[in-house]
Amino acid sequence: MSYAKEELLAVAIARLIGDSRHVAVGAASPIPAMAVFLLRERNGGMPRVSLLQKRSGNPFTEGSRELFDLAGQGRIDVFFLGGAQIDGEANINLVEAEGKRFPGSFGSAYMYFAAKKTILFREEHSKRVLVPKVEFISAPGWSPPDVERRGGPAALITGKALFAWLKDQRRFRLESVHPGYSVEQIVESTGFKFDCPDRVPTTPEPDAASLDLLRGPVAREIAENYPDFARRVWGIGAPA
Amino acid sequence: MSLPSNRTRRLGGPEALAREIPDGATIGLPPDYSLVAMAVVRALVRCGAKDLKLIGVPVLGLCADILIGAGCVREVETSAVTLGEAGLAPRFTEAAEQKAIKVVDATCPMIHTGLQATEKGVPFMPLRGVLGSDLVRHHPDWKTIENPYAKGDPILLAKAIVPDVALFHARWADEAGNVWVGRRKELATIAHASKACYVSYEELRPGDMLEDELLAPGCIGSVYVTAVAPAQRGAWPLGVPGAYGIDDAHLMQYARLAKTAEGFRQYLDEFVLKTVAA
Repeated sequence: MSYAKEELLAVAIARLIGDSRHVAVGAASPIPAMAVFLLRERNGGMPRVSLLQKRSGNPFTEGSRELFDLAGQGRIDVFFLGGAQIDGEANINLVEAEGKRFPGSFGSAYMYFAAKKTILFREEHSKRVLVPKVEFISAPGWSPPDVERRGGPAALITGKALFAWLKDQRRFRLESVHPGYSVEQIVESTGFKFDCPDRVPTTPEPDAASLDLLRGPVAREIAENYPDFARRVWGIGAPA
Repeated sequence: MSLPSNRTRRLGGPEALAREIPDGATIGLPPDYSLVAMAVVRALVRCGAKDLKLIGVPVLGLCADILIGAGCVREVETSAVTLGEAGLAPRFTEAAEQKAIKVVDATCPMIHTGLQATEKGVPFMPLRGVLGSDLVRHHPDWKTIENPYAKGDPILLAKAIVPDVALFHARWADEAGNVWVGRRKELATIAHASKACYVSYEELRPGDMLEDELLAPGCIGSVYVTAVAPAQRGAWPLGVPGAYGIDDAHLMQYARLAKTAEGFRQYLDEFVLKTVAA
């Protein structure tokens, strides 16, 4: 069965979220949002999802600070972050790279500490993005022992591969390579060093049942809040 | 802090509100999803506002990009400037890369916390996390201290943020000077923390909304509101939840045009400099 790359990534991210209870999805994250909606369709409405960008029925009634207060209390299990640059110590840079200005750090410097686990997600997998050392640390991948920190990175998923974060070693380990890519290609396109087991499995392709859900109820939900994305992936528009 | 006078003034329209905001003012502004006073922003461009400092609560979008592109801005402090699905904010990006404006990078909850300190009248407030971020090294007003209640526990302080002006749009104003913003409570935080608060509104309601149990929780009381003015569809091309949505096609058109200085000029000519009703 043919599938879109976004669908492969959403199913893989859904596996990473696992049986978490509360997932928050930030600005401009339609693929993580797809993953959470897919889980909710499978599991009868679990996990709870707080979609920051939700245009109607937004979960927050105390303004945009409520997300951070929730996270500060430990009520957010999973959050997603990306980066213009991500390095081998899981530091992320959302501010500036190679003379180019990016939008800014958003809530990353806080959420990376406060959410129980953060899934790093960046579709582009290149030496430009995955660098030995970020030029600006928007949010650090790890903290010294005296700094209070509830959570941190759990995994890094890109358009080519999935890495697990080894907290004690402060390194990534290659977990799986997406269909169509080889381990050599991953090594060549990654700017930082990472652990690489002798045998690396292929990321499983999305099953038919997941694809049905993604193209039905999940697509409709996504179109409401990410109309441009939904048009691109499934050719559907926002409901009137 | 000079507190606003007791009575909320009712002004004629967006131009009158814009004229109240002096050059050089520090303005607290909401993100694109939270009732932006776009009609007043366009009026600020028309009246040639200068040297503004914009504070994104906690991020900025279209209004900041237009003000920056039109040369009204000296500095921004924000957690991000973005047009959301329409992509990078092109005038901000160019101005930041060419160092034509000063950019103070922050992170969302530090902005909220700085404003909440002002709400309470205290000089600073602590926040967890953030330590080890380069934001801490670069930000002039953030300090790390030891938690005085525990040993070996560094914690970050946000200095109280006091904007000169809060500027946003409301679904309703009433005859008593209250404004209704519904669940957009970050607007209340900006209003509470600012020296003056200017609000454009969709519709005027008779009477006093604070007498209505259902409306009162979404209101900002007149004690915080300096002046209001009517602006129908005043958030366009952004939205007012429950009344009209974000004009996504227009945002895409803006993002496309504003990629170049010439395109941005063309946008200003067509949608900002002419006093057109949307």
